[in-house]
Amino acid sequence: MAGKTIVITSGKGGVGKTTSSANIGTALAMHGNKVCLIDADIGLRNLDVVMGLENRIVYDIVDVVENNCRLEQAMIRDKRYDGLFLLPAAQTRDKTSVTPFQMKELIEKLKEDMDYIVVDSPAGIEQGFKNAIAGADRAIIVTTPEISAVRDADRIIGLLEAEGLRDPEVIINRIRADMVERGDMMDIEDMIEILAIDLIGIVPEDEGIVVSTNRGEPIALNDSAKAGQAYRNIARRIMGEDLPMMKLEKDSFISRFKKLVGLA
Amino acid sequence: MKSDDKKSKSVAKERLQFVLVQDRVKLTPDEMDAMRDELIEVLSKYIDVDSQKIEMDVRREDDMTALVANFPLKGSK
Repeated sequence: MAGKTIVITSGKGGVGKTTSSANIGTALAMHGNKVCLIDADIGLRNLDVVMGLENRIVYDIVDVVENNCRLEQAMIRDKRYDGLFLLPAAQTRDKTSVTPFQMKELIEKLKEDMDYIVVDSPAGIEQGFKNAIAGADRAIIVTTPEISAVRDADRIIGLLEAEGLRDPEVIINRIRADMVERGDMMDIEDMIEILAIDLIGIVPEDEGIVVSTNRGEPIALNDSAKAGQAYRNIARRIMGEDLPMMKLEKDSFISRFKKLVGLA
Repeated sequence: MKSDDKKSKSVAKERLQFVLVQDRVKLTPDEMDAMRDELIEVLSKYIDVDSQKIEMDVRREDDMTALVANFPLKGSK
């Protein structure tokens, strides 16, 4: 098997990299893919809690590169999907504990057995970021409709290209249709035009994300959540399907009414 | 309420484009101003540019990043 490695990155912190990684990984596994999620945020791990797997960690990525355990021993199998695994970050070490070369080797090994490897990058552009992109075939940048996040996304695009990772794609996260409509939030077209890269998905702001993170159950598992649908669509696009972008609707009176009577 | 004249998304877009020009060409605002002034100076030797309406933008295209400058001529529309 020759798996594909996708790095989820952003530059800016707090835009939803970890949530996106968890949901893309979960949605890819739903389709029967063998997937390994790698938390590359050494020292500030969180993919484990978002996935609800925090109490199953025995070994971590640093243990693997330091040969304290075998790779398979550090990979935690997901509760819901047999084909989904998490390779957790170390919490008590720092970014220099792994080198880009070691990361590449690790990923090469995983590729033999996996369809997809999803790497959750830390914020920033230092060594943690360089490790995260080291073995990647493809990059997805997460941004939100804010100047700071789009600016950082633009920096990241430049850095990825300098590292030979061409044609990154972008997820625009936390978009609010009501704010776009009244002219208080940049719209998708504006951001895509400015960044000049391809859009792989839009994720509407959704309270359900907080709830799903509270429970450690990625929202992609929730059939009725808009954000869950958005992530399932992104996974299908990653697999090569050509799907139209989700229509953003305001929570209008009619849609609230439809929800109330169970029509939507 | 002057600040409400323009939608905040337009303000964001303009400010974003401004910072991205600097980020992409790696020039400070002062250097950008100096470059702009020198360009105006050179062009003014030959043509009548309207220095109030100049637009400079750094765009990312397929294989390169390009500085795209727009120098409208005085009295033209």
